[in-house]
Amino acid sequence: MPHEEIMKKIGEIFCEVFDDDSLVITEQSSAKDIEDWDSLMNINLIAAMEDTFGIRFALKEVSDMQCVGDAADIIERKYAGT
Amino acid sequence: MQELDYPFDAEKIIKGKKRLKRQLLESGKATVKKKIAVLGGYTTSDIVSCIELFLLNNGIEPVFYESEYDRFYQDAVFDNPELESFAPDIIYICTCVRNISEFPKVSDTRERTDELLNAETERFRSVWEALESRYHCPIIQNNFEYPLVRRLGNLDRSDYRGAVNFVSRINAVFDAYALEHEQFYICDVNYISADYGLKKWSDPSYWYLYKYAVAVPAIPYLAFNAANIIKAIFGKNKKGLVLDLDNTIWGGVVGDDGAENLRIGPDTSEGQMYSEFQRYLKGFKDIGVLLNIDSKNDEENALQGLNHPDSILRPEDFIVIKANWENKDSNFRAIASELNLGEDSLVFIDDNPAERHIVREQIPGAGVPELGDVSSFMTDIDRSGFFETVSLSDDDMKRNEMYRENIERDKAVRSFSNYDEYLRSLEMKAEIEPFNPLYIQRIAQLTNKTNQFNLTTRRYTLSEIEDIADSDDYITLYGKLEDRFGDNGVVSLLIGRKEGNTCHMDLWLMSCRVLKRDMELAMADVLADRCLEAGITEIVGYYYPTRKNKMVENFYASLGFERVSLDEQGNSVWKLPLEGYTHKNTLIELL
Repeated sequence: MPHEEIMKKIGEIFCEVFDDDSLVITEQSSAKDIEDWDSLMNINLIAAMEDTFGIRFALKEVSDMQCVGDAADIIERKYAGT
Repeated sequence: MQELDYPFDAEKIIKGKKRLKRQLLESGKATVKKKIAVLGGYTTSDIVSCIELFLLNNGIEPVFYESEYDRFYQDAVFDNPELESFAPDIIYICTCVRNISEFPKVSDTRERTDELLNAETERFRSVWEALESRYHCPIIQNNFEYPLVRRLGNLDRSDYRGAVNFVSRINAVFDAYALEHEQFYICDVNYISADYGLKKWSDPSYWYLYKYAVAVPAIPYLAFNAANIIKAIFGKNKKGLVLDLDNTIWGGVVGDDGAENLRIGPDTSEGQMYSEFQRYLKGFKDIGVLLNIDSKNDEENALQGLNHPDSILRPEDFIVIKANWENKDSNFRAIASELNLGEDSLVFIDDNPAERHIVREQIPGAGVPELGDVSSFMTDIDRSGFFETVSLSDDDMKRNEMYRENIERDKAVRSFSNYDEYLRSLEMKAEIEPFNPLYIQRIAQLTNKTNQFNLTTRRYTLSEIEDIADSDDYITLYGKLEDRFGDNGVVSLLIGRKEGNTCHMDLWLMSCRVLKRDMELAMADVLADRCLEAGITEIVGYYYPTRKNKMVENFYASLGFERVSLDEQGNSVWKLPLEGYTHKNTLIELL
């Protein structure tokens, strides 16, 4: 799956989880940028991404994630099978 | 909201929690507020937010107190001003197998494992007892899922040194406590984790990342199960099943195939499955669920099907049978009205998606579970939790009998020339007395279930009823009515609060199964007598309108009360001076 498509889908997930259609998500977006994005919301975001892309993040991948771009890279790698 | 009905898409609920909550609040579906304290042994944030969704979907708007991470013991046992001022209506203790302090070692003696068991269960018992004495409200306690690993393999189960064995023993102690304590309920995590798949349920990554003992995608299942207990405690259970016939309770179409060719009974695998399903349905009668039929069929054919020698459900198992060519939704409405029940208290079971769609669209609040094929009908209904049973009263077990007697009475009424003559023929006898411990459970249950003939729609917990029954500040009465067709049990309640020479009616309700029997007059007479004995000169009645209690809008007027106020919301206050009160009931003999 191309990186742009992954980012587009992640954007949709964020809109659904935060119930806010006006959210704009970029590679650099992180918990600092969105008011409601706390550690508990993060759990829901991870679960939603895992469900949407049909993947599981490894423990270390979750703890190392800094921004949306990191998540998109991991998903892309998992799709490429590497 | 169908997204929250079983079978739900758990991931979609997690993802759409915020939106779902907004939509539910906008729909105005929730009509009662309840305060729920969740005391956790692990992270409970998403459990709380999912319980909130399921309760809103059942008409309850919860407010939560949530303990800090793993503080369930401290929050319960030590002084807790925050929880005290919160004053919970219900407490949910959400713990997991990781909260067990110490497991037996293989080197332990039998006595040592008994000590461990005792220490662990005493720790929990002290939590329950502290909560019970401080908050007097229902308590829900998770039992334990099995450990994720079993080092001794199969022996882990049977040997007292095994962890699986230890968990089972603790759970058994919890069950015994529940059996002895009326307001204590087990949330059977042991069952639902098995149902979900233990390995997925207890996936350790969720524990190490977020301190969740339950995998995030499994959280809606836990929350749904806990919410079912809560809504059942607050009287939001469904009360009856409305069943289709063809391809729902037997294979084939009786009108086309003929009763003799229906697939039911031991001859085919499909027939065996329908038999098992029928046996499952019939068992609902024993817990007071009313069975009815809504089928597009000629009545004659429908009865032939039910009289099939292998049909386990017989015509006499049903209260109302509607077999005709009317639309399913209008039959459904007619059944609710004949039973004197709200349309939202019945569950519609039909294999045909189009019929389910009509009923779902036309009858807001009706239970309409999605069904797979016959092999899954049982679990589809079972997991929906419509009839979550929190206690088994004698009354529940007799309910089908009572409703059938009512239908008999309806038939009898047609043969009399006037209604009084009919009522006299019933030879009614009533027992009207102050609340007594024998009926306390039924009394609490009635305050939570009665919606139509209910002037104030105040809900009471068991302990509140006990307190009121013991207090000198109240006049309480329950009314039990029997007649020549049978005993209706406790059907009416009054709670009057004494203030000087006045008695304020906090509660006046009557079960709709005895409408138009003059029972309300008999209750009023006894109330007046008791008030006069207590030196009371005036009774003040209150009517608070709800979506369901319009039938009693003018009840106090009919008893001769005078209205003293009426506000914009329709709340009214009524007064009756007792001087010169004359008895109104002439048809019911008092026991």
